[in-house]
Amino acid sequence: MHISRFGSVASRHKVQLGAALSAVALAVTGLAVPNANAAPKPITIGISVSLSGDFSGDGKATQQGYKIWATWQNAHGGILGRPVVLKFLSDASSPTQVVTNYQKFITSDKVDFVLGPYSTKLTKPASDIANRYHYVMLEGIGGGPSVFSRGLKNVFDVSASATYQLVTYAKWLAATQKPQPIAYATMDDPFIQPMVDFAKAYLDAKGFTEAVYKVYPAETTDFSPIASAVAASGAKIAILGTMPPDGYAMIQNFIQAKYNPDQLIMASGPDQGADFTKSVGITNTEGIMVPNTWIPTSNYTGNKDMVALYIKTYGGDINSINADVPEAFAAGQVLAQAVNKVGSTSNVKLQAYLHSGAKFMSVQGPVQFAADGQNSGAAPYVFQWQKGQYVPVLPLGGPDKVSPIETLRPAWGTTPGA
Amino acid sequence: MLVLQAIIEGVLVGGFYALMAAGLTLVFGVMDIVNFAIGALIVLGAYLSYSLTIHFHIDPFVSLIFTTPLMTALGMFIYVFLIKPIKTNKVVMSLLTMFAVATLIEGILDICYNSGFVQIHASYINNSLRIGKLNFPLIYVLSFLLSAFLLSCLYFVTYRTKFGRSLRASMQNPVAARLVGIDTDRVSMITLGIGIGLAAIGGMIFGTTNAFNASSSYDIISRLLVIVILGGFGSVGGALVAAIFMLVIQDVVAVVWSPVWGSTAFYMILMLVLLVRPQGLFGKKGVRAQ
Repeated sequence: MHISRFGSVASRHKVQLGAALSAVALAVTGLAVPNANAAPKPITIGISVSLSGDFSGDGKATQQGYKIWATWQNAHGGILGRPVVLKFLSDASSPTQVVTNYQKFITSDKVDFVLGPYSTKLTKPASDIANRYHYVMLEGIGGGPSVFSRGLKNVFDVSASATYQLVTYAKWLAATQKPQPIAYATMDDPFIQPMVDFAKAYLDAKGFTEAVYKVYPAETTDFSPIASAVAASGAKIAILGTMPPDGYAMIQNFIQAKYNPDQLIMASGPDQGADFTKSVGITNTEGIMVPNTWIPTSNYTGNKDMVALYIKTYGGDINSINADVPEAFAAGQVLAQAVNKVGSTSNVKLQAYLHSGAKFMSVQGPVQFAADGQNSGAAPYVFQWQKGQYVPVLPLGGPDKVSPIETLRPAWGTTPGA
Repeated sequence: MLVLQAIIEGVLVGGFYALMAAGLTLVFGVMDIVNFAIGALIVLGAYLSYSLTIHFHIDPFVSLIFTTPLMTALGMFIYVFLIKPIKTNKVVMSLLTMFAVATLIEGILDICYNSGFVQIHASYINNSLRIGKLNFPLIYVLSFLLSAFLLSCLYFVTYRTKFGRSLRASMQNPVAARLVGIDTDRVSMITLGIGIGLAAIGGMIFGTTNAFNASSSYDIISRLLVIVILGGFGSVGGALVAAIFMLVIQDVVAVVWSPVWGSTAFYMILMLVLLVRPQGLFGKKGVRAQ
């Protein structure tokens, strides 16, 4: 009988059988010795973004924010030591398409996590789908009150609540100025209109009166009658619930109507960096205010890196960064911190942890979720355009240094130094 | 006074909406095509004027000397290479083709200009004329005058020239027009050229009065279709009346009541008109019955 150095044929078969069984057992129990060269399996995250349609401007900025977060996160060890890979689908700003996209991410692509799209209008149907499949939806740009009034437990907003974003200004106004008539005009939008309405309710209670109050549909392209009504009111203070393109048109109409309010605050638009200054002209920006959830120069976790990474990747300067960028970035940051803490990719465990009162830090500041999923840890800021610069002016006495507020806007086209 | 101001603004803004709708209604009248690309083509016209003002410091109105012929040529190109080759199911296939053209234009503009909003600027755009307590934004006045002039030209071409007779014959009965020797393909090519050339002008005006990006076409197309339906498909005069009627109704309701009800009020009137005249205010009943 031929005897090999491994012993007899029978014993060799036993050895082979044993080795095969051992390999199977190790593979099944996950104890197989890892290949040192094998890359860890990536964490996949599905995100629907509006690359066309009404929200395409913000949609692209949202995508930029998520992309630079993934780059930054991967440079900081990824999530659970695994690299982050983002999967994007465009929803064309459509509530129908956004549902299809998240359905595909979850049921077909089987992504580990999802992050929110742009806008309250899209976050509502998107979070319904995520909830159906027991997925958590962290988001930073869809925090209208109606998202959180439906009793869903899986949706979390890392930004300051939309309801309170204009209240910082309203509180300052009530504290420093005598009650007077105020002109209000707002888009009929689930995110924007509550901002204006909540501030109006606060100011009404403090004795300020309504000079005019106009709600306009989102598809409006001719803003002249709305601007004329605001101008005809003669109010020295105007609070506008605008989105970027209509806010720009409204300013043009104010200039044409020679309406020059002492104070002008817009819910959105002046926070769009270069888009805003190019559209309305830098000399017309002086004194215009906007609420925001992010200070570009802050020292909050990752902010300096984010700004540097943004400028390196997309060009421009610190003032040209759209506010959607840090909001998307912050959603990614909170996801990573929470998953690393939970130690698994279980969305059920993640949801429980996010509801536990745990505190997180983001480029926008502290994050802590209330029972309905809104961020109770953030304080909204107010920014103002001063001499061509976009500077924080409120809240006073907060943790961040702010510039003195300009209470009287100059005439249109006379921005000093710009 | 506010109502009078709203009526004036409605008439001024309605003028350039009529100009944009005129191209759409002409193309439908001659070719039976609803030019779904009109919104995207208007935005393309706006971007072309924007580029000329930014890079060559050309006045937006002067930019039309370059953009209008270019867009007219584009219209003729689209007809010759995309519409004319369609031999079967022409109406549906043309509709889909124009939809594809719109998607293509939006995609290219998005790549070239990003999706940020831009606006066409000139030194006089924010100026206005003041008569008593009434305010006339200069850009609206200039746009209205230009639109009125161009619509008059269009009327003259349609009703006072040999080409106009061919055009009207093609609108009324294309088969008979061919039988009497009218080159309906040539008429269609020129008509689509004119329709898209007008989009260049409408785009420049839109770009001076609104911030826009590649996706702004969606807000335009629905309004133009409504104007054309109310005015009657194929009727330039109908488009003018319908556009001014729509804008005046919306603006007056906006200032007196609420902008939210402006569109609703108009659509209710549109429904009532269509119940009585399904062909629209100036459309001809059964003109395509042959």
